[in-house]
Amino acid sequence: MSTLTDPTSTGASPGPAAPTGEVVTLVSRKTPVVLGVLTVGLALILLFQPESGETTLRLARETDFFQLPDLTLPTMPTAWALTIVCALLTGESVRRYLAKKRTPMWLVAIYAIAWMTGFLVWAAVGETLPVVGLLAGSLALAVPLVFGALGGVLGERAGVVNIAIDGQLLFGAFAAAVVSSMTGSPWPGLLAASIAGALVALILGLFAISYFVDQIIVGVVLNVLVIGITSFLFSQVLAPNAADLNTSARFKVVPIPVLGDIPLIGPILFRQTPVVYVLYIAVAVVTFALYRTRWGLRVRAVGEHPMAADTVGIKVNRTRYRTILIAGAVAGLGGAFYTLVSVPQFNREMTGGAGYIALAAVIFGKWDPIRATLAALLFGFASNLQGVLSVIGSPVPSQFMLMLPYVVTIFAVAGLVGRSRPPAADGVPYRPQ
Amino acid sequence: MKLELRGITKRFGSLVANDRISLTVEPGEIHALLGENGAGKSTLMNVLYGLYRADEGEILLDDEVQHFTGPGDAMAAGIGMVHQHFMLIPVFSVAENVMLGNESTGFAGTLDLDASRARVTEISERFGFHVDPDALVEDLPVGVQQRVEIIKALSRDAELLVFDEPTAVLTPQETDELMEIMRQLREAGKAIVFITHKLREVRAVADKITVIRLGKVVGEAEPTASNAELAAMMVGRPVELVVHKDPPKLGEEVFAVKDLRVVNATGHVQVDGITFSIRAGEVLAVAGVQGNGQTELTEAILGLQEHVTGSVRLDGKELLGRSVRQVLDAGVGFIPEDRQEDGLVGNMTIAENLMLNRSFAPPFVRRGSLQIDKLRAFAEEKLQQYDVRARDIDTACGNLSGGNQQKVVVARELSRDLRLLVAAQPTRGVDVGSIEFIHKQVVATRDSGVPVLVVSTELDEVVALADRIMVLYRGRVVGIVPGDTPREQLGLMMTGERPKDLEGDVA
Ligand SMILES: Nc1ncnc2c1ncn2[C@@H]1O[C@H](COP(=O)(O)OP(=O)(O)OP(=O)(O)O)[C@@H](O)[C@H]1O
Ligand SMILES: [Mg+2]
Repeated sequence: MSTLTDPTSTGASPGPAAPTGEVVTLVSRKTPVVLGVLTVGLALILLFQPESGETTLRLARETDFFQLPDLTLPTMPTAWALTIVCALLTGESVRRYLAKKRTPMWLVAIYAIAWMTGFLVWAAVGETLPVVGLLAGSLALAVPLVFGALGGVLGERAGVVNIAIDGQLLFGAFAAAVVSSMTGSPWPGLLAASIAGALVALILGLFAISYFVDQIIVGVVLNVLVIGITSFLFSQVLAPNAADLNTSARFKVVPIPVLGDIPLIGPILFRQTPVVYVLYIAVAVVTFALYRTRWGLRVRAVGEHPMAADTVGIKVNRTRYRTILIAGAVAGLGGAFYTLVSVPQFNREMTGGAGYIALAAVIFGKWDPIRATLAALLFGFASNLQGVLSVIGSPVPSQFMLMLPYVVTIFAVAGLVGRSRPPAADGVPYRPQ
Repeated sequence: MKLELRGITKRFGSLVANDRISLTVEPGEIHALLGENGAGKSTLMNVLYGLYRADEGEILLDDEVQHFTGPGDAMAAGIGMVHQHFMLIPVFSVAENVMLGNESTGFAGTLDLDASRARVTEISERFGFHVDPDALVEDLPVGVQQRVEIIKALSRDAELLVFDEPTAVLTPQETDELMEIMRQLREAGKAIVFITHKLREVRAVADKITVIRLGKVVGEAEPTASNAELAAMMVGRPVELVVHKDPPKLGEEVFAVKDLRVVNATGHVQVDGITFSIRAGEVLAVAGVQGNGQTELTEAILGLQEHVTGSVRLDGKELLGRSVRQVLDAGVGFIPEDRQEDGLVGNMTIAENLMLNRSFAPPFVRRGSLQIDKLRAFAEEKLQQYDVRARDIDTACGNLSGGNQQKVVVARELSRDLRLLVAAQPTRGVDVGSIEFIHKQVVATRDSGVPVLVVSTELDEVVALADRIMVLYRGRVVGIVPGDTPREQLGLMMTGERPKDLEGDVA
């Protein structure tokens, strides 16, 4: 036995987080620097590409309940004014940094709005910019991405890399088209899309979880496989019988009473098809389930440290199967958007690789459902902006805008948005001994 | 609950980790398992816990044969286990880790975090462990993680508890505390299996002792046996329990730390103005309860901490602000406290792990290509010298037993020309025979004129190695005292009490 006698041995350990009890605020200089660079960038555009004229912002559509009047602004003064707002916000961020305080989210949000508005006012000089249309369109483009990203987040949180999102979207789109054509109603189509997504996920699970095949490879192969199968069935079965099998019953826009009448926000968020409302519910449910329920805790445990999860009696591979099936079902819903909302039929490779963008949103969103949703929305916005600007004709080359989502992704993955750390056991199969 | 293991055999490929082991543990008994590193103790316990499937043999609980398909079944049957390599999820909070698999839930499966927070607080208070239920496990020093692992096992009211080296990183006080808990559990009629390499603990609490060597039971011993007898039985040869060392031949003051202040990622000040120096040929040992800034101190020297101010000088050159690689190239050897997290790459081989700190330059790398022959010869030699029990040098380090992993780390760090050695828990989980060897190596390093900084929660180790002892409390230096300071005084200093007769911070 030790000869050590220590009267206060039990109380000797201080809280591990704070040996000295002293806490200082650590601030990163990333935010002020990024804000500064962006402000300077905007100012340079205005300096070297000055445009004269006016810009009109359309804040409502004809069908809207409240008709906000169009806003006509003198282009350069407005753009410069917003640049100054950006500069002031940057200054505030710098001041906070020097005072060792963090830049709050609201400041960044206001900055983003000011910067974007400034840029758009300049880019749409002499034209009318349909603001509501731009945003509503962004949401529409983002819907499959968000579903896909949710599917990706779920899978990876459980430790299975879901590269097969694209396959799940495509197969979902296919199933939705066929089933809704046969039944004449979109709802069975939606259900079918979800089952189709889960089916792709099941195959992924079988190889990745039960047979320890490299998950990335299985995922990519599955994507190619789904392209092949759907293209084959499309040309051999759907095309000859288009009237019966490939004329899907689409969802109609269902405005939500009251909410849909809020100016600006209402028409964007609450005059949408039911699929979009399902999306809202899905984001909320996935977020809640992942962080607040026993199921979510176990899913995250299995994705971080499967052996530790095993030692407390959690069936690792069963949990992974269950989660990846749900992930596939969620991603499949996104596929339905293509054939039940966007266009009334299935086409070859109609997702155009959206699943891979969704995967980028997962990483950009740091494996968090809310952030991944925001990232997907940003990608949707960037895509739609490119479309709108090329239609109204603007000084920005459209190729440049096409790049935007990818540029954003690269910066995100390169760590501009802070540490982005995947679940520790992401992609690692668990094999009991 | 009575446990009986009959003829358990477990193979990993061609390696027989357990060879027809039979063992009986009665209710109300503390049964100690002794054995060298790699003897197969953890493997046996993992078989019992359902984590490994035995190739042969059976497990009986209260004379009924059990067929476990996984740990879930073993837990349901009333078995609890404190794992040698903690089964904690780093990004979860303490409360989440404790509740996992056993969650209390409210409506629709929502987690009741408050309930598990209360449970953590209750258990840690009942057993005298102080742990913040909301701290993230990855932010905790290993000593505190060990407490969490113990709390987790205790929170499940098991009838049979397995403690696999729970004391490797606990301080003597905490160890005494834990042994008291084990006695309480014994009184309550629970059966306990206790694995440790510290003989005094075995003698203090064990009712029965079984010794395992090379996967086989080699005999039983009485708790009244002497340390030397137990050690000899374990290792199969007589062991020198206290390493002989000559008085230090002190040189220049080559390593100096001044006003070191370390703030962690969440802004907590972990080390607050530490100043000390070590002379060539001297061992300075840091004593103190884990979580008082030791981890951050060693990491700051290495360049692993981000927010550091002050100065750390080696041979007159400033180390702060340099990259880890530059620090290593300056001749710093580092044995990290958490071998699995910071010391090894689990799925790389022993040979590869042995060259991790020299992956840029000769002898193992020449013009960008590996000198495989040299590396293999070197690895073979170290395997012999450090008595690493493994099939061969191509074994993945993750598959080694805990103590053997530790030996690989120590071998790597000590087999290069050093200018400074920083060793945190250098003999964590190592058997008595190997402790003897590692201590000799540390002393030899010192005698070659290198300053050595040792951090250890094991007071025996501190006293065995130190020329001077620095005690840390709450991120500050309580005092620096000579190596032969009585333990009572060290114990008082560890609680932050400063002896009156001590002048200035730097002795
Ligand atoms: N998963 C595994 N795969 C292959 N070999 C293994 C595995 N786990 C353990 N071994 C081997 O089995 C033997 C027994 O290991 P074990 O961990 O049971 O030793 P131990 O008695 O607990 O030692 P220590 O005191 O160092 O913890 C070792 O030689 C080890 O290398
Ligand atoms: Mg062991």
